[in-house]
Amino acid sequence: MTVSNILMVGVGGQGIILASNIFTAATMYAGFDTKKSEIHGMSQRGGSVFSHIRYGQEVFSPVIPEGGAHFVFSLELMEPLRWLDFVNRETVLVSSDKRINPANVDTYPDGVAAELKRIFSTIQIVDVKKLQSKIASATFLNVALLGVLSGFLDLPLPAWETAIGETVPRGTFDKNWSAFTHGRTLSDGATEKRSDTGVIGDKGRAPDRG
Amino acid sequence: MLAHGSGCTICVMKRQLLSGNEAIARGAWEAGVHVGTGYPGTPSTEILEALKDYPEVYTEWSVNEKVALEVGIGASLAGGRTLVTMKHVGVNVAADPLFTISYIGVKGGLVIVSADDPAMHSSQNEQDNRNYAHAARMPMLEPADSQEARDFTRIAFELSEKYDVPFLLRSTTRISHARSIVSVAERAAPGRPAGFYRNIRKFVMIPAYARLRHVAVEERMEAIARDADELSLNRIEEGSGGIGFVTSGVVYQYVREAFPDAPILKLGMVYPLPENLIRTFAKSVETVVVAEELDSFFESRIRAMGIPVRGKEFYPRLGELSPGRVRAPLVRAGLIPATDGGEAPTAPAITVPPRPPALCPGCPHRTVFGLLHELGMKVTGDIGCYTLGALPPFSAMDTCVDMGASIGVAQGIEVAEGDAYKRDTVAVIGDSTFAHSGITGLINAAYNGRESFVIVLDNGTTAMTGMQPNPFSGTRISGEGAFALDYGKLAEAVGIDRERFRTVDAYSKEEVERAVRELATLDKLKLLVVKGPCVILRRKQKKEAS
Ligand SMILES: Cc1ncc(C[n+]2csc(CCOP(=O)(O)OP(=O)(O)O)c2C)c(N)n1
Repeated sequence: MTVSNILMVGVGGQGIILASNIFTAATMYAGFDTKKSEIHGMSQRGGSVFSHIRYGQEVFSPVIPEGGAHFVFSLELMEPLRWLDFVNRETVLVSSDKRINPANVDTYPDGVAAELKRIFSTIQIVDVKKLQSKIASATFLNVALLGVLSGFLDLPLPAWETAIGETVPRGTFDKNWSAFTHGRTLSDGATEKRSDTGVIGDKGRAPDRG
Repeated sequence: MLAHGSGCTICVMKRQLLSGNEAIARGAWEAGVHVGTGYPGTPSTEILEALKDYPEVYTEWSVNEKVALEVGIGASLAGGRTLVTMKHVGVNVAADPLFTISYIGVKGGLVIVSADDPAMHSSQNEQDNRNYAHAARMPMLEPADSQEARDFTRIAFELSEKYDVPFLLRSTTRISHARSIVSVAERAAPGRPAGFYRNIRKFVMIPAYARLRHVAVEERMEAIARDADELSLNRIEEGSGGIGFVTSGVVYQYVREAFPDAPILKLGMVYPLPENLIRTFAKSVETVVVAEELDSFFESRIRAMGIPVRGKEFYPRLGELSPGRVRAPLVRAGLIPATDGGEAPTAPAITVPPRPPALCPGCPHRTVFGLLHELGMKVTGDIGCYTLGALPPFSAMDTCVDMGASIGVAQGIEVAEGDAYKRDTVAVIGDSTFAHSGITGLINAAYNGRESFVIVLDNGTTAMTGMQPNPFSGTRISGEGAFALDYGKLAEAVGIDRERFRTVDAYSKEEVERAVRELATLDKLKLLVVKGPCVILRRKQKKEAS
């Protein structure tokens, strides 16, 4: 009864909610039970935003147990440091290198990247400037970064495709999909290197839930 | 057997990923709901926003929760199945009709959703609205995920009609704003509401008739309590180990996660309680532990039945639980053995500056708060995005209590200070909040001869809760055009003269400053409307237009 736990974090307005909606739908289309929990409201106004996603054979709690995150996915560089209660020694971090100062803070704290590297044993920090030059516009960065994360996971590509198709605003699928697939090629994750034909090796097959 | 992958039509057609709020709307629609009313409030807002997309259902944002419930009562008495939605504090506003509709009962099923917010992610308090079920003598259901949110809503309509009583449906943030997979069905063909027929002794609550109805209320609650023992929504999940848990809602999920093999009594109906079922469960385990967030609602009642239980000695009355927070206190108390438990979380070696929410760059509210900060006035505040004016760099708000309070509190300060009052107090309130319950306060100021200075921050929308139109916006929930309340005529109606009523452009610092400085020196009641569209709304409208 293993459940995979993904904590997605960022700053209000960056598109964490959309990214997590896509992710959750992809896990459903891959045949898993899935739950996601987040807070909207005050956090939309430039505050920290988070979303918990859990998928597996059967999921109970919609929130990730303390110390239980397998992945942290962040659209902003310092945000992962707020959520270390959910992190353990094996937690993998995929983060954008985007730096956003909180309101009323003028200088970004020093040493964030080094601190992340100290805490997370597996880590991929994505250069978003470079990434942005390869995709349609900054609007699709969240989905491109999701592509990077997808490379670490065993969800079949068609599940992602269906999920993106039904979640993103009408008329934006092509741009989102190309951002996603570009992100996927940048991923340090093993899935990408294995195969990308849609049907991934044994581990990636949807479990039988007949 | 087939792996349900992306191509699987069964998965795609019958199973949907829904938030708890969307699932409530879906359940109501399937149950044949005719009317949905409510007032926005996190975490309840998306219920009505989802319901409005079903064309068979009439939906409206009402002016406030009290009116929403009253419209709902009328719809129910005319035979319509009706859903009324609000956040936990909204039930305070609607409490007056709530307590008496409990006596009157229903015609069409009436389901009232209270979306509670333990941990106050976006609220001014964390009241536990299970208490309303007891106080208003009304049954309450509490789902534990989106599937149950859909199922329980459907069942609530049936039970409401069966027992002739409105049903409360309690959700919490972790149910409303969590997504999970839901098996759905089609809408029952409900037919049209039968219409309103006179029944004076049942619908007119004068003392003589209300006394009769109160008898019916108590008999009904006893009948529901008896039936609760058999109700499938309350279930015992057998297990092993000496500790059995009594729990409900999302906490059930935490308990299941933390104690996969433990016996659990899961309550789907949280009021009235199934006494015999609880006794049976208690007999089957060594120790009963009640796991509930906030108040000691189950625990106190079960103890009053003479059944020994434990609970609040482990679990706090504040905030939310979690799988870890359900487990750790029992380990500490030696009730269950510690597992290896993993390492303690690492603390960051550098200081991470907090990132609280803030007024958006370009927000029209900024001008006023910048100015009030400079002027150093006493600001009685209200609830909305603009409450962020209390935080640095503005620090320009001195009170925030409940919606509409700014105008009443300013009057109280004036009255108590008496001769010493220096016209240095200003009430600041948003447009939606002003319509919700500020106008009554304004009438009070006029009636009692106050000198209050009221500033309405009109950004054209209810921004805090995600851009719902309100009576000043000129549109309805459906997007169609509507009458927009006229500030000038309102000012005139409460006797504010031309000199003391102004409308200025929020984006013009000079205009705002001149108006505030001038009005502050005048005697009598004054109303200033600072108008400027919300930046997020503008962006949204631009996107929709393109
Ligand atoms: C009784 C009650 N109902 C609902 C809410 C949720 N709520 C908080 S602020 C707000 C409205 C804010 O709108 P407005 O006054 O127009 O200010 P804005 O956010 O647009 O600046 C609502 C509905 C609440 N706090 N209390």
